[in-house]
Amino acid sequence: MNVIKKFSLSILITLFLSVSANADKIRIGTEGAYPPWNSKDASGKLIGFEVELAWTLCRYIGQQCEIVEQDWDGMIPALIMRKFDAIMAGMSITDERKKAINFSQGYADEVASLAVMKGSNLEGMQTSEGINLTKKSGAVKKDLKTITQALAGKTVCVQTATIHQNFLESGDVGKVNVRTYKTQDEVNLDLASGRCDVALAAAVAFTDYAEKSKKPVVLVGPTFSGGAFGNGVGVGIRKDDTELLKAFNSAINKARKNGDISRIATKWFGFDASM
Amino acid sequence: MDLELMASSFPKLLNATLVTLKLLSLSLIFGLILGLFFAILRLNKNIILNRFSYFYSYIFRGTPLLVQIFIIYFGLGQIEFLRSSFLWIILKEPYWCAIIAFSLNTGAYTSEILRSAFETINKGFIEAGDSLGISKKIIFYKIQIPIAIRQSLPAYGNEIILMLKGTSLASTVTLMDLTGVAKYIISTTFKPIEVFIVAGGIYLFMTFIIHNFIRYLEKKYSY
Repeated sequence: MNVIKKFSLSILITLFLSVSANADKIRIGTEGAYPPWNSKDASGKLIGFEVELAWTLCRYIGQQCEIVEQDWDGMIPALIMRKFDAIMAGMSITDERKKAINFSQGYADEVASLAVMKGSNLEGMQTSEGINLTKKSGAVKKDLKTITQALAGKTVCVQTATIHQNFLESGDVGKVNVRTYKTQDEVNLDLASGRCDVALAAAVAFTDYAEKSKKPVVLVGPTFSGGAFGNGVGVGIRKDDTELLKAFNSAINKARKNGDISRIATKWFGFDASM
Repeated sequence: MDLELMASSFPKLLNATLVTLKLLSLSLIFGLILGLFFAILRLNKNIILNRFSYFYSYIFRGTPLLVQIFIIYFGLGQIEFLRSSFLWIILKEPYWCAIIAFSLNTGAYTSEILRSAFETINKGFIEAGDSLGISKKIIFYKIQIPIAIRQSLPAYGNEIILMLKGTSLASTVTLMDLTGVAKYIISTTFKPIEVFIVAGGIYLFMTFIIHNFIRYLEKKYSY
């Protein structure tokens, strides 16, 4: 009995110590499965644009950081439940998410795109280069109509709980047969296998996959921004953590002014995705 | 605790429960057929048939159900020649991939349950049939199988409950079962506790029904 008591006491002490040791560190949650934003190298180490940016921002804030891995579909609940203090996971700033958490100013932006395998009958889709859904002009409406017709009866695959899923369910492109996946990797796999007729994600997610897998994935239709696609990617922070929000906002300002964000973005994206 | 969300997600989750029940019942039917088939092979004296059956149950009981689903869904989807074969009509659909994985898995456990039930049948019953001049075939169908089924009821009831909970893995291959829809609601409301409590309650209720139904069968067929 005594042994058990001693043992559990020592566990409690260890737990307490490890909690208090982490107390002054900023813990940043990321997915580690959405290259080039965040991913893992062969040894399992977190890498990518946001991982490198996170270390840079922490230097400007002047506090120690720890990067924590978290599945995408539990990202916001995990933040709210204090498993970490900030999200940097390619998370676009949207009104829906703002109801649950705060966002720092945006640090990078991306466009979304549809993708198919080479040889698909969607390849010849005639639309403009890119559309911004914030202002639905006549040209945008015409493109949306073209896309609606093209997607009718097709299985469209997206990662769950993303702006891309929101867009497909927004009604802008009619009623679509949406299939949702836990990770973008799985979307890519099923696009390649033919289970998905077409997929929607960040354009860079597809070009990155096409490059690494040597699979004939091609982008079709316009690039999307605005509206359901949000206003850039920012740091997600709990509503009551106003101090941390201020710290991140000023760190982003400094990093932008010194050219850090655009330098890191160019390194990982191949173009300057910073904002 | 957001009670309003719990109330509003309940009908959606109930709807998704139909998918869960469909997955469960189809897998159990296929699994029972597979299980009986492999249990009989296991009892066979032929070493090849015997080993084959042993190997099947060894593989499917020795690996996690999640891994099995992933191999069948994502793994087989990578094989070029399967994709151009007629099998792809079935393997293309996440629904059938899940059913195949669940059936093979529960089939392996069922075969072990039935095998041990067959092996523990009192020799006296068979000898009694023999001495009455009943043929081996009739003894097997009319004496051994009914007794084996009765013997295996408690263990099989467990297997049904485990399988019910196993169907929640269908959500990992894009199916919108009870767990899948629960996750979907959470992804838009960011409130996991409320939604998972309702979903967990529905699972618990189904387990309650299954448990009592098996108990009823056990009493009815006790001897």
